[in-house]
Amino acid sequence: MEWLGVVVQGVLLGGLYALFATGLSLMFGVMRLVNIAHGDLIVLGAYIALSTVAILDVHPVIAMVLVVPIMGFVGYALQRTLLNRTLGADILPPLLVTFGLSVILQNALLEIYSADPQKLSAGPMETASVSFGSLSVGVFPLLTFVSAIVLIGLLQWVFYHTSLGREFRAVSDNQEIAQLMGINKAHVFGVAMALAFAVTAIAGILFGVRTSFDPSIGGGRLLLAFEAVIIGGLGNLWGTLAGGIILGVAQTVGGQINPGWQQLAGHIAFLFVLAIKPTGLFPRVAH
Amino acid sequence: MPDALLLAQKLDAFYGDFQALFGVNISVDAGEVLAIIGANGAGKSTLLRSLAGLIKNDSNQVVFKGQSIGDKRADTIARLGIALVPEGRQLFPSLSVEENLKLGAKVGRRGYWTLTSVYELFPILNERRNTAPTALSGGQQQMVAIARALMSNPEVILFDEISLGLAPVIINDIYNAFPTIIEQGVTAVIVEQDISRALSVASRVYCLQKGSVKLEGLTREKTRDAITAAYFGVAV
Ligand SMILES: Nc1ncnc2c1ncn2[C@@H]1O[C@H](COP(=O)(O)OP(=O)(O)O)[C@@H](O)[C@H]1O
Ligand SMILES: [Mg+2]
Repeated sequence: MEWLGVVVQGVLLGGLYALFATGLSLMFGVMRLVNIAHGDLIVLGAYIALSTVAILDVHPVIAMVLVVPIMGFVGYALQRTLLNRTLGADILPPLLVTFGLSVILQNALLEIYSADPQKLSAGPMETASVSFGSLSVGVFPLLTFVSAIVLIGLLQWVFYHTSLGREFRAVSDNQEIAQLMGINKAHVFGVAMALAFAVTAIAGILFGVRTSFDPSIGGGRLLLAFEAVIIGGLGNLWGTLAGGIILGVAQTVGGQINPGWQQLAGHIAFLFVLAIKPTGLFPRVAH
Repeated sequence: MPDALLLAQKLDAFYGDFQALFGVNISVDAGEVLAIIGANGAGKSTLLRSLAGLIKNDSNQVVFKGQSIGDKRADTIARLGIALVPEGRQLFPSLSVEENLKLGAKVGRRGYWTLTSVYELFPILNERRNTAPTALSGGQQQMVAIARALMSNPEVILFDEISLGLAPVIINDIYNAFPTIIEQGVTAVIVEQDISRALSVASRVYCLQKGSVKLEGLTREKTRDAITAAYFGVAV
């Protein structure tokens, strides 16, 4: 029974990792952009929420209503003013520019908020739990996991059942021909980035409630996001959820065996999947 | 010269340092079917891509309805009413046949062409509308590419080698749709390597050779020999 609890915890933790990864997966899927600053954006989301909570004196979950559109707007603006200029046949410029962005973000956060660890407080919700038989599950991790499923389901729906999703898939397939259809590529990329930032903001807030954060921890979140995306297979959001769950379970199981093995177990699971299936478990089927 | 609908004026086009077009002058009159022929590498696709905005030029090198559009983006030009059926079909593999067609209507120009009317033109596409385009035959793919361009209800439609790689029977099927397309008042520019095919539907012809116009005129006034000579670059 103890092991069942450990696995369930891992699955729920995987929901958070999937949320880390979803924005990254979206950016890569639509515009082939590999965003090195992604981890710092998660942290940025948490800090914007921290300020919102402090200024408006509201619950972090309520703060989302404000933080998500703010981040979405920042994403759109960043794509239109900076990132669109880096995209082209060469994949190096976006890597270099987002790496620079990562350094700038970390230093700006350090300057504004200092290096002291911070935490978003969600009150009693953080420690509440529900019981399923003898299994007790934390309400907040459960909520995080459900958010991941709902968000990924929503994004899948947008991708495959709306005209915006059609445009996302079209620019992803062939940018030139998409433009011939009257699609303003710069705008569609901006919208995709806004969506990715919005999801990343949610990930950042849920993360900031779960654990304390400081300006330097973005890199570790980026790594987890990358691993989840790659385990799941590029361009497949449900695969990304599966990737997050595999990482989460590996970490909790590893941590149960020996607390020091938690992070390592996740990375080993990643390498293991990569070794047996280099394209990830569920790569998007090429038609 | 009467006001042409679409003009290329002293059009030079480049790929980096490589110059593919040298001072090309082309005028397309409203309602006509114009053929552009030339050997492989003559610059036909480059010309069409310049007209459609996929290659940026100086503003006044391309003029549409009196407006200089040479430096406009492809999506802007699509909204103005110029559609390109690109060489090699270039359908979106992640979109079903019908989604490809719906995307063609994204420019938001109203007119005769709707899902219903393109399915009437190519009934087989209606049967296969939920299929991935990669599962279609080459001819069917070409039909989707043409129908997708029609969905934008363009004033000018540019066809780049629509018969390339297709069996003669299939080419006939596709060319049989031409009268219906032209009836709707659209102006057509047809690029083909197959000279006789192009000349059978066009009233005027330009011949491109190494990035320059070598011959132009009414198709009925040009002898086969003159065209062949301009095509291959041998003296008449
Ligand atoms: N993307 C490109 N980059 C560099 N050169 C190109 C490119 N596309 C075409 N060219 C060159 O431009 C010239 C004209 O090509 P193109 O317009 O495709 O000819 P056509 O359509 O008449 O066969 C050719 O010499 C070709 O090699
Ligand atoms: Mg060509």
